[in-house]
Amino acid sequence: MKLPIYLDYAATTPIDPRVVEKMIPYLTEKFGNPASRSHAYGWEAEEAVDEARRQVANLLGCDPREIIWTSGATEANNLAIKGAARFYQSKGKHLVTVRTEHKATLDTMRELERQGFEVTYLDVDEEGIVDSRVFLDALREDTILVSMMYVNNEIGVIQDIPVFGEICKERGIVFHVDAAQAVGKLPIDLTRLNVDLMSLSAHKIYGPKGIGALFVRRKPRVRIEAQIHGGGHERGMRSGTLPTHQIVGMGEAYRIAGLEMESEVPRLAMLRNRLLNGLRGIEEVYVNGSLERRVCNNLNMSFNFIEGESLIMALKDIAVSSGSACTSASLEPSYVLRALGRDDELAHSSIRFSVGRFTTEEEIDYAIDLVKKSVNRLRELSPLWEMYCDHVDLKQMQWVAH
Amino acid sequence: MSYSEKVLDHYHNPRNVGSFDNKNEDVGTGMVGAPACGDVMKLQIKVGKGGIIEDARFKTYGCGSAIASSSLVTEWIKGRTLDEALQIKNSEIAEELALPPVKIHCSVLAEDAIKAAIADYKAKRDKAQDGENDTAEAPVCLPEKTTV
Repeated sequence: MKLPIYLDYAATTPIDPRVVEKMIPYLTEKFGNPASRSHAYGWEAEEAVDEARRQVANLLGCDPREIIWTSGATEANNLAIKGAARFYQSKGKHLVTVRTEHKATLDTMRELERQGFEVTYLDVDEEGIVDSRVFLDALREDTILVSMMYVNNEIGVIQDIPVFGEICKERGIVFHVDAAQAVGKLPIDLTRLNVDLMSLSAHKIYGPKGIGALFVRRKPRVRIEAQIHGGGHERGMRSGTLPTHQIVGMGEAYRIAGLEMESEVPRLAMLRNRLLNGLRGIEEVYVNGSLERRVCNNLNMSFNFIEGESLIMALKDIAVSSGSACTSASLEPSYVLRALGRDDELAHSSIRFSVGRFTTEEEIDYAIDLVKKSVNRLRELSPLWEMYCDHVDLKQMQWVAH
Repeated sequence: MSYSEKVLDHYHNPRNVGSFDNKNEDVGTGMVGAPACGDVMKLQIKVGKGGIIEDARFKTYGCGSAIASSSLVTEWIKGRTLDEALQIKNSEIAEELALPPVKIHCSVLAEDAIKAAIADYKAKRDKAQDGENDTAEAPVCLPEKTTV
C-alpha cells in the first residue's frame, strides 16, 4: 500500500492511464493548431477537438456546439456569471447565489457587486440544502441570473437543480450551474434539465488539469459576453488557441465516465459508507451536511474537542483536506460549515474525505484505524475532552478570546 | 505547512501530558485561549518549598505548534522559581521552536498559560495564608469556572 493514501479526490484526481495514452500523440506528432485550416496538421487537431466535444456532449445530453472550452471550471464560472450578467444587465442588475458556493463563484459575484450589480446570497439549512421557499423569496422582477453549484465541494450535498431550473425557466432568469463536482457521479441530462449554463472540469474526473468547459444552451439561446478576446475562437465566446492534448484528455475522461459510471458510483458509495461506518462509532463525531442528499464519494466529519490542523498533522499517512483546499492555508474555520450553523469549534475540526477510482477497501480500513488512533491520542491531549468527560458544559465557560 | 524538527518532536512525543488535582494547595492551574479561536491551553504547576516549580503538566487543544509550545514550557519551568518562570518570554519559545509568523500566537498563549498558572497558585496560597485578606491578584485569562 502506497503512503500517504490519497483520499482527496474532490480536490483533484490522477489522470486515468487510458486518458494519458490518448493525450500523448497530441503533444508530439499530432501537434497542429486546430485553428489551422490550411493543412493536414490543423485538420487532424480540429478533428480531435470535435471528437472530444462530442464525447463531453454525450455524457451530458447536449449538442456538441453547446460546449465552449475554457481553462477549467473557475474560468467557466467567471465566463458564465460575468458574461451573462453583462449581457443581460439592461433587463436588471440583481443576481442570486448561495453562501456555500465555491470561491470561484463568490469572488466573481463580489467583483460584480463592485461594478454595480446587487447580489443575494441564499442561506442553506443545517444540512447544507437550499430550501425552495428561500429560493423563491429571493427572486425579484430585476433578477437576471441565478448561479448555484450542483454538488458542494466541501460537504458533497446535492442541490435540487431540476426544481430550481424549472422556476428560473418560468421566470425567464438565466440559470448557471457549477457541475465540477457532479459530473461522473450524478446522471446529468441537459435535454431535460432546465439549465442555461453549466461549468465543467476535467481534472475532477481523471482528466488533466488546465481544461474545462462551459455549456451554453442554444435552444432557447442564451447569450454571454466574452471575457477573453482575440481571434474569435469558440464562436467568439472564448478566444485563445485550443490546447488539443488537454481537450482530447477531457473528452476521453468524459467518455470513460459515461461507460463506467453505472458500476463506479455504487463502488464509491460502498467505500465511502465503509469509511463512515468505521468512523461514526467514535464518540462526539458529526457528519457535516445531509447524508441522504450527498454525492457518493464525499464524507465530511467534525471531531469534537480536537483542532483540525493538529488532526491533519496526525493523519499524515492519509491525504485529506480540512475545509476546501483553497481556504485551508488560512486559520479561518470553513465558511461552508459556518453557513450550516456549525459552532466554530466543530468547524475548526472538520476533515473532508473523498474517495475515487483508485481507492481500495484496504486503504479505507487503514484510514479508519489511523483516524481512530489519532483522535484518541489527541483527545488525551485535549483539555476540552477532559472537561467534556468531567461533564463540564463548555458552552457555559467564559473563554477569553485572543 | 512545514513544521520544524522541534515542533514535530514535541507534537509526536509531548512531554508532561496530564493533570494534577487542582484541589491540592500546591497546584496552580492556568487555562488560556478559547475553543472558537482554535486553541485552549491548560498548564498546571506543582510548587514545592522555596517557591520552586517541582513539576508541571499540560493539555492543549490546538494546532501542532500550540501543542509543542505548551509541551516545551512544561520542560522549561520545571526547577525554576515562580519569579524565574515569569521571566519566560514568548519570543524565546518561538525562537526555540522556529515558529513561523502565523504561529507566533501559540507562543504568546504558552507565556500567558505560565502567568495564569502562577497567578492561580499565588491566589490560592494567599487565600490559605489569610482568608480575610482578599488582595490576591486576579488570574490572567482564566475561565471563570475552573474545572479540575
